[in-house]
Amino acid sequence: MSKSTSKPLKQIHLAAHFPGVNNTTVWSDPEAGSHIEFSSFAHFARTAERAKFDFLFLAEGLRLREQGGKIYDLDVVGRPDTFTVLSALAAVTEHLGLTGTINSTFNEPYEVARQFASLDHLSGGRAAWNVVTSWDAFTGENFRRGGFLPQEERYSRAKEFLATANELFDSWHGDEIVADQASGTFLRDAKAGAFVHKGQHFDIEGQFNVPRSPQGRPVVFQAGDSEDGREFAAAGADAIFSRYSTLKEGQAFYTDVKGRLARHGRTHDQLLILPAATFVLGDTDAEAEEISREVRRLQVSGATAIKHLEFVWNRDLSAYDPEGPLPDIDPDLGEHTIARGRAQVRMYRDPLATAREWRERAAANKWSIRDLVIETGNRQAFIGSPATVAETINDFVQADASDGFILVPHITPGGLDGFADTVVPLLQERGVFRTEYEGTTLRDHLGLAHPDAEAPAERAAS
Amino acid sequence: MSSSSSLPSPTPPSSPSSAALHLAVALDSAGWHPAAWREPVARPDELFTASYWTDLVSEAERGLLDFVTIEDGLGPQSARLSEPDGRTDQVRGRLDAVLIAARVAPLTSHIGLVPTVVATHTEPFHISKAIATLDYVSTGRAGLRVQASARRHEAAHFGRRSFPKLRIEDLETPALRELIVDLFDEAADYVEAVRRLWDSWEDDAEIRDVATGRFVDRDKLHYIDFEGKYFSVKGPSITPRPPQGQPLVTALAHESTTGAPFRLLGRSTDIGYVTPHDVDEARAIVAAVRTEQEAAGRAEEPLHLFGDLVVFLDNDPAAAVARKERLDALAGYPYTSDAKVFTGTPVQLADLLQELQQAGLTGFRLRPAVAGHDLPAITRGLVPELQRRDAFRHSYEADTLRGLLGLARPANRYAAAHA
Repeated sequence: MSKSTSKPLKQIHLAAHFPGVNNTTVWSDPEAGSHIEFSSFAHFARTAERAKFDFLFLAEGLRLREQGGKIYDLDVVGRPDTFTVLSALAAVTEHLGLTGTINSTFNEPYEVARQFASLDHLSGGRAAWNVVTSWDAFTGENFRRGGFLPQEERYSRAKEFLATANELFDSWHGDEIVADQASGTFLRDAKAGAFVHKGQHFDIEGQFNVPRSPQGRPVVFQAGDSEDGREFAAAGADAIFSRYSTLKEGQAFYTDVKGRLARHGRTHDQLLILPAATFVLGDTDAEAEEISREVRRLQVSGATAIKHLEFVWNRDLSAYDPEGPLPDIDPDLGEHTIARGRAQVRMYRDPLATAREWRERAAANKWSIRDLVIETGNRQAFIGSPATVAETINDFVQADASDGFILVPHITPGGLDGFADTVVPLLQERGVFRTEYEGTTLRDHLGLAHPDAEAPAERAAS
Repeated sequence: MSSSSSLPSPTPPSSPSSAALHLAVALDSAGWHPAAWREPVARPDELFTASYWTDLVSEAERGLLDFVTIEDGLGPQSARLSEPDGRTDQVRGRLDAVLIAARVAPLTSHIGLVPTVVATHTEPFHISKAIATLDYVSTGRAGLRVQASARRHEAAHFGRRSFPKLRIEDLETPALRELIVDLFDEAADYVEAVRRLWDSWEDDAEIRDVATGRFVDRDKLHYIDFEGKYFSVKGPSITPRPPQGQPLVTALAHESTTGAPFRLLGRSTDIGYVTPHDVDEARAIVAAVRTEQEAAGRAEEPLHLFGDLVVFLDNDPAAAVARKERLDALAGYPYTSDAKVFTGTPVQLADLLQELQQAGLTGFRLRPAVAGHDLPAITRGLVPELQRRDAFRHSYEADTLRGLLGLARPANRYAAAHA
């Protein structure tokens, strides 16, 4: 039981991240199935729905990663189109929210708004959009306009993109379709969907051609730990990812972001904080630790460790022995060229400091390159028996370090099954997780209000 | 296919006395007649629900049809060429066709799913992976119908290019002809980029080689390096080669003085939809497209040509005529179309299709005037009639759309190049 408190128990939100294109995903396990076949997605989604999860989450990447000028071949490579697979999943689930990561840099608002509004109609109100922005011309080479924006403008485009999409969603109020066969009135208003948007990035006008969808607008997710990211989320998102960290760091993040809401005229419960988190279960805590060590070694082969080090060093380190000591040369501080299409390279904002710290830690602990990468990355967030994991998750949420978690299993598609069968019932016994869906839309599951079409569209634009 | 047993008195297959033809239906909201939504069967308040579309496609599958196409557009429907018409008495608004197809895919098992995509304002990279994914979620039943749009109001929804105001009487002006040629050539480039992306993964690129730690063989992933007049795409796709290798590419082409639409069929498609109004016209169109096909160096490749017809089907021919007149009166004008508008019985339609088929058409895409009425008339009236004549299948003979159309799974161009 969580600590005694006068507050009523918070209800935990849980979501399932289909494991994807990074070395978290263990493809070499005999139980690892396809990451492309629809049957994998269907199995995963049905498991999440059986467990009464809030939603399923898909990440995105719009160019195959490269390292040293060659396509990266050590991790899972390849993924389906986000909208298409989510729409198909709407056919094999009834309640599960369907969250897609869709880039605002290499898309246009009219098309993306149509796709989300369509997904919301076709799923009966279960669509959600994780708004991301792309930062590199490398990805842009796959698109008509290429890498057409300097980095600092991509963020302002993202904000304007979301604001514009909201204007399009709100261009239908929901009462326009009369469909009166007797009188012959289909539309109440010939101007349904009319919009004009004149801005820095978009100068568009006309009529949006998808009527207002069950949720009005899709639920909006925003990732990002940066100052800008926190502010963007506080202004306009319904949920934000943070990285899972310690309870204390989680609480600090939670307090900071929730504290920003009032400035945007929003209340504490209008933004959910949902970190992504991995997990390993065992019959006992000791067994889970043992499994976790094995999983981490599978996730970080010698070759993977070298490639991971190259994210920081920005040099070809293929000559180094992964079982040997860390390179004594310093990172190349020039433009990052060795690893392309990677979000991780941006995590290391001061490569010199990171390299120094890693060398010190490795020396102090007698770690090889591979040991270092295993120890510094890919640590499972929740390791233990089902009871331990349930308790840890509940403690984290009750202590306001998050509102729940987006769980990333390391195996496709069965990696969620054990959690659904063992951890979820324990959370339900504690009264902190639903035993049945109470509503039909994702907004219902997340406790978010259905937006009023008359609400000012600038909410997300500011 | 268990549902085939529910068809009225299917005759057992015998040696075909006439060539089998292929049948598709074009789905567009309540039907192709602008007043279709006012029929009692129309369900106009459900046009934006999944169940409406699932019911239509399931009905088409019960009739063993080869595939359905789903209309789409990047602006409200309009009777005018280049701007909204402001009408409130017709259906306006629609859902994204690729998403409709994907939503229906897991609930059907044999019928092909061919959504419309607009090449003019969308990204070939996005569409390539979307249709590849549709092929995965339908296990090999995906295609696309590529469309060019010169509508200025649709261009204004994207704000990246502008088109002149179009009037019917301008259609023969040099400026407009140039624009049409340009848009169709851009669509051909689009299809080329999409096709290369489908081939950018060889079929056996995923190796999961535990010994070397490699998930893919990067030598079997290919940059497509497409450079066209309007865009370039580097590749490879993020989505592996789809089950059919190449999902079907289809397009509608009318006769035109520019020749560009027929050139698109000849260069780029697996199925072309054409709109002959009689056998002579059909013969001329088939010859014109075959000439373009030859000019594109594809004479040996299969290219299906489907005749498009709008159909009002009733067991009494007078009832079909009366229905059209009733709907025309509701619309306020007599309905005409680029395609021939047929009114009559399933038997009469079967006669017409077989007659047109003699001109070299390999199939037909029927546009139900009223989806809720004319689609069941096709599946439960026309199909049994064609089966009686041994001119249509009695059960699905293949699990993929290519299989249904007798098209082989194509070799991968990049694998062939370095083999």
